[in-house]
Amino acid sequence: MTTYTPVIGLEIHAELKTASKMFCGCANDPFSAKSPNIYTCPVCLGLPGALPVPNKKAIDWTIKLGLALDCKINYFSKFDRKNYFYADLAKGYQISQYDIPFCYEGKISTSQGEIRITRIHLEEDTGKLLHDTVAGTPVSLIDFNRSGVPLVEIVCEPDIKGGAQAQEYGKKLRCLMRYLNIADCKMAQGGMRLAANISLAPVGTKGLPNYKVEVKNINSFKFLEQAIDYEIDRQTELLDQGQTPVQETRGWDANKQQTFSQRTKEAAEDYRYFPDPDIPPIEFTKQQISAIKKSLPELPEQVIARWQDKYQLSQSTAEQLSASQEQVAWIDQILTLAHQQQLSPLDIINDLINKKIKVKVDDDAQAVVTQFKTLHQTVAVDQDQLDQAVTLVISQNPDAVAKYKAGKTQVLGFLMGQIMAQLKTKVDPQQIKIALTTALK
Amino acid sequence: MSDLNKLTLTQALEKLDRKQISLTDIYTDVNQAIDQNNKKLNVYLNLQDHPEKIAQSQHSHQLKGLPIAVKDNFSAIGLPTTASSNILKDYYPPFESTVTKKIKQAGGVVIGKTNLDAWAHGSSTETSDFGRTLNPRNPDYLPGGSSGGSAAAIAGDLAIAAIGSETAGSIRQPAAWCGTVGLKPSYGRVSRYGVIAMASSTDSPGPITKTVEDAALLFTIMAGHDPNDATTSANTVPNLTQELNQSIKGLKIGLLYLDVPGLETIKPIYQEQIKVLQSLGAVVEPVQALDPHYAIGVYTVVQRSEVSSNLARLDGIRYGQDRSFFGAEAKRRIMLGTFTLSKGYADQYYNLAQKVRTLFIQDFEKLFSQYDVLIAPTSPGFAKKIGSSQGAAMFGELEDMLLEPSSIAGLPGISVPCYKDNQTNLYLGLNIMAPMFREDLMVRVADAFEKNTPWNSWRNNS
Repeated sequence: MTTYTPVIGLEIHAELKTASKMFCGCANDPFSAKSPNIYTCPVCLGLPGALPVPNKKAIDWTIKLGLALDCKINYFSKFDRKNYFYADLAKGYQISQYDIPFCYEGKISTSQGEIRITRIHLEEDTGKLLHDTVAGTPVSLIDFNRSGVPLVEIVCEPDIKGGAQAQEYGKKLRCLMRYLNIADCKMAQGGMRLAANISLAPVGTKGLPNYKVEVKNINSFKFLEQAIDYEIDRQTELLDQGQTPVQETRGWDANKQQTFSQRTKEAAEDYRYFPDPDIPPIEFTKQQISAIKKSLPELPEQVIARWQDKYQLSQSTAEQLSASQEQVAWIDQILTLAHQQQLSPLDIINDLINKKIKVKVDDDAQAVVTQFKTLHQTVAVDQDQLDQAVTLVISQNPDAVAKYKAGKTQVLGFLMGQIMAQLKTKVDPQQIKIALTTALK
Repeated sequence: MSDLNKLTLTQALEKLDRKQISLTDIYTDVNQAIDQNNKKLNVYLNLQDHPEKIAQSQHSHQLKGLPIAVKDNFSAIGLPTTASSNILKDYYPPFESTVTKKIKQAGGVVIGKTNLDAWAHGSSTETSDFGRTLNPRNPDYLPGGSSGGSAAAIAGDLAIAAIGSETAGSIRQPAAWCGTVGLKPSYGRVSRYGVIAMASSTDSPGPITKTVEDAALLFTIMAGHDPNDATTSANTVPNLTQELNQSIKGLKIGLLYLDVPGLETIKPIYQEQIKVLQSLGAVVEPVQALDPHYAIGVYTVVQRSEVSSNLARLDGIRYGQDRSFFGAEAKRRIMLGTFTLSKGYADQYYNLAQKVRTLFIQDFEKLFSQYDVLIAPTSPGFAKKIGSSQGAAMFGELEDMLLEPSSIAGLPGISVPCYKDNQTNLYLGLNIMAPMFREDLMVRVADAFEKNTPWNSWRNNS
C-alpha cells in the first residue's frame, strides 16, 4: 500500500486592532458596536467619490509582524484592487496587495519542524451579511461596521504535516500577534480566521500533488486539527482507490465531525488585480524599518530560551507560561523575587502550574512568593521527639515495614505521613525521611 | 445696468468691491438668463433654490457669494449628484466634495449642477442620460465634453464661473469648442475627494471660466493637499494671479502636433495665431513628440480598466437602480475594461499600456528639458454638429487625441480661445502645457496670449 506525505499550507487572516479602520477614520470596533452601521462613512460605505487613505499604523504593525517572523520587507510596495462581486463588499473590489506584499520569506519554528512563511500582506475586511426575517419576509441585511477593518493575511509554504502541527502553528501566530499587541485574534467572533490547503503526495514523489482541497472558515484551532486529520484520512482513502480527490473548497461540520463540499473550483478565479490608482505606492527607508525592528518586544521564543537558560524551566512549562506579554512580566517578577529570596524558582513555578499556589495572573508577585513560603513552612523538631515518633510508627505498622524491607519503597510516604500526624506540626519532610530511613536500616 | 450675468468673475468681484453693483442685481440677471436659455441648452440638471439667499451670507468671503456652476459629478450637499446617469438620478450625497467645500468656504455659491456625458464617458455631452447639451455659441453644434454643461454655462453666461473635471480633455476640449478658458491642473494638484471617479489615475478637477485671470483665481482656491485624497501633492500651491500681466520674453515654447494627419485645415490658422507669442518675445519652435495616436491606445485601455473597477460599486444593492440602467457607453467601457484586466490579457493590454504610458512621461520630460511650455491645438477641429457622437464609439478618443498624451502623463494644461469662425460663430482653442506642478508657466503664457489677441469674447465684446 502507498503511504503519503501530507502537504498542508495555511492562510490565516487576523484583524488588526488599530483605533481606526484601514482607509478611513471610522472606529475599528465591529465586535462591540451597539448596532449595525454605526461605524461608517462615505469611504467604508464605498460611496461614489469617496477615496481611501491608508492607515500608517496598520502598515507599521504589518511590518512589525513580518519582522517578528523573520520576514524580508519590500521597501517598495503598493495596494492593489481585487475585483469581485459580493453583497458585503461595498466598492465591488477589495483593496489588498497582489504581487508586492509588505513582508515575504519568513519562518517560524514548531515542535515538528520549521514552517516557512510565504508572505504577509495587508488588506481591508468586508462588511457582514445578516440573514433575517423582517415582517414575515426573509431578507439579507448588510452591516458595514466591519467594512474596512485592517486585516493581515499570513500565508505559509505547504510545510505542515498534520493537524497537530497546524494547530501549534496557528496558536504560535496568535500568541505572537498578542505579544506584539497588534491583534486580539478572537476566534469565535472572526477576529482570526483559518483556511487550510490540504493534499497528499505519495512518499518519494517530488513536487506538489496535482490537486488541492481548501477547507475554509474554520473558527477554532481544535476544528482546524480535526478538519485536517479528517481530510488526510478521506484523501488517503480516495487515493488508495485510485481516485484523485476533487479540487474544491470544503467546510468543517463540527457536529458531524467531517468536512463537506462547498464549492468546486471549475476554473481559477480571476480577480483582475491592478494597482489601486487611489493610493500612491509606499516606499520605506532602511531607517524606518530598523526603527520598527527596534520597537519589537522580547518575543515568545526569546522568553522561553531565557527562562530555560536562567531558571532551567522545561520547554513545555516555559511555553505554557509565556502565552502573553502580561503573563511573562508577572512570571518574571515572581522569578526575580524567588531568586532574591533564595527560593527555588523551579519549585515555585511547579507549584503554580500544579495549582498548589492559588493565584491568578496579576496577583501581587510578593504575595505569590509568600504563599509559596507558607505552603512549605517547616519548624525544627527536637531529634528525640522525632526519634520517638519514628519508633512508635514503626512498631504500629509492621506490615508496612515488612513491605519496605521487601523493596516496596513506596510505603515510605505512608509511614512519613503517620509520623507527621504523630508530631502534629509541620516538619521538614527531608528531616523525617532521613530519620525514618535510618531507623529502618 | 443689465447683463450682469456677462461679467467675468474678476470684473464682478471688482464691481461688488466698489459697490457699483449688488449681488441681488447679479442674481437677477443670472436667474433670468437661466430661465430664458436653460431649457433650450440643457446646461443645468438641477438648480439651487433661491441661490441669492445663500449668496447674502457669503458676501464677506473672497468669492463674495457669486454663482458658480458645478459639473454634476462633484458631490455637493443639498442637490442630487447624478453624474448624468439614471442609476444615480435620485442620489443625494451625504458628504461634500473637497472642491465644492473649498468653493463654498471661499464664498462661492453652487448655483446648479451641470450636465455631462454620463459618468464623464465622452467628449460630446450627448451621452448624458438626461439629454444632450447644446453649444451656446451655435446650438446646432455640440459643446464638447464631458464637462459640456459647465463650458456651456460659461459660454451662455448662465453662471459667472464654473467647475469641471478632466480625465483627458474633459475640461479643455469643451472649453475650446465653447470659446471659453479651461484649466486642467497637474494630476494630484486638486483633490478628487467626492468627485465620482472616472479614471482615477488621471482625473483632475479644474475651472472653466471666461478669462485666464478667472481661471487663475479659482485654481488658487481649489488646489492644495487634501488629507482625504492620498494622491494629492504636498507641494505649495502657487498663487497664479501673480502670473498675470507678466512678460513671456525669452520663454522657450515647443509647438506640437500641427503635422498630425487630419489637422491640415486648421494648421495655417495656428501658424498664424502663434505669431503673437513670438511678437511678445517668446521663442516658438515646432518640435517632434511621440505620435499622439499611441496615446489613444494607452488612454483607452487604462481608462476602461479603471472604469470597469470604479463602477463596480453601482451593484444594484443601493441607489435604487440596478446595472441594467447603465447606458450603452458605460456598458461598453465596463466590458472592455473587464477584458483588458483579465488573466491572460492584462499583459497584452493593461500592463503594456502602463509601460507605454511611461514612455510618454519620459518623452515629455525630454521635451521640457528643452522648452518651458509646449503648445498645440486643443482639439483637431471646431465643434462637431449635434448627433455626431452617435454610433461613433471612439468619438471622444479621436476628438481628445491631442490632449491624451499630456493627460496620461499627468501634466497641466490650459486652453484659451485662439480663433473664431465668423460664419459658424465657433471657436478653436490653444492648449498650453507645462511640466508637472508648473501651472504658473502656462498661465503666464495663456494670459499674455489672451490679452494680446481678439479672441476672448468677454474681453472684446463680441
